[in-house]
Amino acid sequence: MMMSAQAYGDKGKMKEYHYTGPVEHKFSPYAFNGGTVLAVAGEDFALVASDTRLSEGYSIHSRDSPKCYKLTDTTVIGCSGFHGDCLTLTKIIEARLKMYKHSNNKNMTSGAIAAMLSTILYGRRFFPYYVYNIIGGLDEEGRGAVYSFDPVGSYQRDTYKAGGSASAMLQPLLDNQIGFKNMENVEQVPLSLEKAVQLVKDVFISAAERDVYTGDALKICIITKEGVREEIVPLRKD
Amino acid sequence: MATVSVCQYHRGGFSFENCKRNALLEADINKLGFSSPAARKTGTTICGVVYKDGVVLGADTRATEGMVVADKNCSKIHYISPNVYCCGAGTAADTEMTTQIISSNLELHSLSTGRLPRVATANRMLKQMLFRYQGYIGAALVLGGVDCTGPHLYSIYPHGSTDKLPYVTMGSGSLAAMAVFEDRYRPNMEEEEAKRLVRDAIAAGIFNDLGSGSNIDLCVITKGKVDYLRPHDVANKKGVR
Repeated sequence: MMMSAQAYGDKGKMKEYHYTGPVEHKFSPYAFNGGTVLAVAGEDFALVASDTRLSEGYSIHSRDSPKCYKLTDTTVIGCSGFHGDCLTLTKIIEARLKMYKHSNNKNMTSGAIAAMLSTILYGRRFFPYYVYNIIGGLDEEGRGAVYSFDPVGSYQRDTYKAGGSASAMLQPLLDNQIGFKNMENVEQVPLSLEKAVQLVKDVFISAAERDVYTGDALKICIITKEGVREEIVPLRKD
Repeated sequence: MATVSVCQYHRGGFSFENCKRNALLEADINKLGFSSPAARKTGTTICGVVYKDGVVLGADTRATEGMVVADKNCSKIHYISPNVYCCGAGTAADTEMTTQIISSNLELHSLSTGRLPRVATANRMLKQMLFRYQGYIGAALVLGGVDCTGPHLYSIYPHGSTDKLPYVTMGSGSLAAMAVFEDRYRPNMEEEEAKRLVRDAIAAGIFNDLGSGSNIDLCVITKGKVDYLRPHDVANKKGVR
């Protein structure tokens, strides 16, 4: 009877197997701090929502660290990914907003902020900001606008977008409920503010059930021509 | 006459023939930017405590696949024999099958001896099996029960080492749970105090560890009686619209 030739070498000992070789651990300049961000644009309003949990690995750093940052009376930005880069990026954006205000004597519009953010992000093309950005606001005509970005500055205008750790779970649900995708014989009613807020709450409650990085509380920034209003809703804390 | 046989003699246990091939495949997949599928682990906080009349075992109920919750209410306290139960952390399939195998063997053993099984016997069987597989079976267990020699509690590690202690915790939330134990454990507690202590230790794991969550299951084992409280405490309800 012949022994298996593959696993056993000459002296009957098992042969050594290598994986990809010895692994050297280098210092990584990035960390993943979790969090989910969502923005929805309506006829005359925009919503930007985020959870407030800041985590790393299996631990929680903070239960009260919202990821929405108010930029102007008509624009809010949601940033998730590496918290260090989120903070630095928002500081840079706020400084650039002030510079624009002082030299042009007017506030930046949502579209202008989006274009500027794209150039800021691409400026770091070879050592990117590890941030997933979504801008929500009102455009010059007062209609809701959402701009979604990738870490190096590619962006487009959307009606709704989810970003961050639970984005893959939320985006298909939004496609179905707001975009009426993958449904037949359905009346395509435009989204009202109350329905949009309720939908955002439902969607985050579902995300908190299945994504471990999402939870603790939900902060919704509601942008209308009256300004920016905030609503806070508790989520699962486990 | 020696015939060249196509059949290969299996030495039992794990076969490592495909490791080299798997390593190459994994390297190729990683180069394309994908990751290979991972076994489902339970994340988990499990613990046990010996009190005046017996032992209390506790566990959370979340099973994770990567960082996504696969099961919001899975059962981590497994039956070994009428007087011995075992909590399992680590790879879900490994804890399930290992405890079932030992439970089955222990029942046969108990019929052969004509006596109620002892916790030390279950411990010995589990550690010998896990050592035989050299840590490849990813099962970290908290074994507890009451037999003719009294209440006993063991923690069993995937490589086959065991510790016999008055209070133990295992899993990703073990540090959070152990913090609670180290603060409030006393020898010879009453049943209500022991249940409260275990409940609070699991709750610490549920709220502070991302790998643990949902409800708290308890199992109180005394001489002649087992209270399997599932759920003992629904610590987290789904958000209210």
